[in-house]
Amino acid sequence: MLTLYTRRRLINAITLSISVLAMLFGLFWLGWILLTLLVHGLPGLSLTLFTQMTPPPGSDGGLLNAIVGSLLMTLLGTLIGTPIGILAGTYLAEFGQRGWLAPVTRFINDVLLSAPSIVIGLFIYEVYVTKVRHFSGWAGALALSILVIPVVIRTTENMLRLVPNTLREAAASLGAPQWKVINFVTLRAAKAGIITGVLLAVARISGETAPLLFTALNNQFWNSNMNTPMSNLPVIIFEYAMSPYDDWQQLAWAASLLITFSVLALNIVARVLFRQSATTH
Amino acid sequence: MNDEIANAPKLVVRNLNFYYGSYLALKDINLDIPEKMVTAFIGPSGCGKSTLLRTFNRMYELYPKQKATGEILPDGNNILSVKQDLNNLRAKIGMVFQKPTPFPMSIYDNIAFGVKLYEQMNRHDMDDRVEWALKKAALWNEVKDKLKQSGMGLSGGQQQRLCIARAIAVKPQVLLLDEPTSALDPISTAHIEKLIDELKEEFTIVIVTHNMQQAARVSDFTAYMYLGDLIEFGDTSTVFTNPKRKETEDYITGRFG
Ligand SMILES: Nc1ncnc2c1ncn2[C@@H]1O[C@H](COP(=O)(O)OP(=O)(O)OP(=O)(O)O)[C@@H](O)[C@H]1O
Ligand SMILES: [Mg+2]
Repeated sequence: MLTLYTRRRLINAITLSISVLAMLFGLFWLGWILLTLLVHGLPGLSLTLFTQMTPPPGSDGGLLNAIVGSLLMTLLGTLIGTPIGILAGTYLAEFGQRGWLAPVTRFINDVLLSAPSIVIGLFIYEVYVTKVRHFSGWAGALALSILVIPVVIRTTENMLRLVPNTLREAAASLGAPQWKVINFVTLRAAKAGIITGVLLAVARISGETAPLLFTALNNQFWNSNMNTPMSNLPVIIFEYAMSPYDDWQQLAWAASLLITFSVLALNIVARVLFRQSATTH
Repeated sequence: MNDEIANAPKLVVRNLNFYYGSYLALKDINLDIPEKMVTAFIGPSGCGKSTLLRTFNRMYELYPKQKATGEILPDGNNILSVKQDLNNLRAKIGMVFQKPTPFPMSIYDNIAFGVKLYEQMNRHDMDDRVEWALKKAALWNEVKDKLKQSGMGLSGGQQQRLCIARAIAVKPQVLLLDEPTSALDPISTAHIEKLIDELKEEFTIVIVTHNMQQAARVSDFTAYMYLGDLIEFGDTSTVFTNPKRKETEDYITGRFG
């Protein structure tokens, strides 16, 4: 007969090893992906990537137009989506206790959060691209902003909910109107968490292909005009990786490497920020 | 045995019932809290002391399921009526909570935040006010060189004194203290008790405490509560030396909870 204590230790050891195995399983694939990317992508890394345009098959070239297009659309998508997301998330967390609007909004947001991104691309295609009759950088940025909004809403609401009610009470007990309590106390207390959420949203959209296929499409040439089709890394990867040309495939690998490591870097920055705030608050 | 003469009441509580959802947490409370004196609420944990305190500034309004009925009359008008402006009410009735709640901003701004809400003053006057409040709360010496640092970086007891400074900085008429010294060392506690003594010259003070000696030391009047009922209310020396009710005596002498 095992004593209660040895049984507990046994169960502890078993659960611990299962957790470690699960972690190793996840890490294994991540490591493999990164390794493959490095092996195939590193040979393609060179300065010309950042100085030359995407080439026609058979000639030399880089990714400059795609990098700039991706940066522009990601930036604009984030700039459009973030304020809407923060405002809506604040509404849900701070005013959403009474009435039916908040639960409905929350539900729709959850649906939006898990909506396939290709559907978002098709939606913008239908309501915007077909109306103006051409693909454009703006359409791409719009599609990306719709991906940003639900992520930011969710993190803003969650982070504000982590702020203890006693802090709201303390501010209210001084006679501060609710908007001041939110602006100067609760949002400030949740600031690092919300910024983390925005960074994670940026990381998410910077690799999205599907919503850009139907909106920004692609552009072989240098272009900073948001009103015309715009090149971007994900669509370049999609097209070049499927092409039969070796130099295009090499560029696709290099582009994948760029995106993955930028996203990785963003994620790390987000975690560091969040950890810092967790220790100082 | 009445050696305390009550001032005119500042808060007149009549037929007050309080509900958390359908749970009745305060049962028909009637009480006169005298102006510019210290009133202590004592009683076992969960008896409704904090709840009663939170009706005085309608803090419960932040939560949709909580509700109070009856009347609380400072200066004759019922603060429980819908016409009462909540922010005005709370500017006049300050509160310090059981747990320290510093705002995520500098020590200086923690105090200036409340002052700026209802008073306009220049930088110099604000500096004076911050210093005054921090000195009153016995915190000035520890923080005078780091007023620009975050209030979150202080120790628990320092944070609580910061909250006390913040509450008195706006010079409310009534100060509600919910176990203000439960996280403090004996020296800071003594400072705060001295502060309470000074403040009652100007403010009406209501204090919740689990510390019988503290209640006896600082308060002029004492209310003993049990399970949502107000069992006994009277001047402190009577309640402590010659309570009318058996329950009160049992609690005070420690034969109970
Ligand atoms: N938010 C809440 N929702 C439901 N019931 C509550 C809530 N807060 C308090 N209560 C209940 O109301 C009663 C009174 O609680 P209250 O916090 O006023 O007690 P207290 O006298 O301040 O106790 P303590 O000395 O432990 O602080 C308790 O039975 C408690 O369980
Ligand atoms: Mg309490």
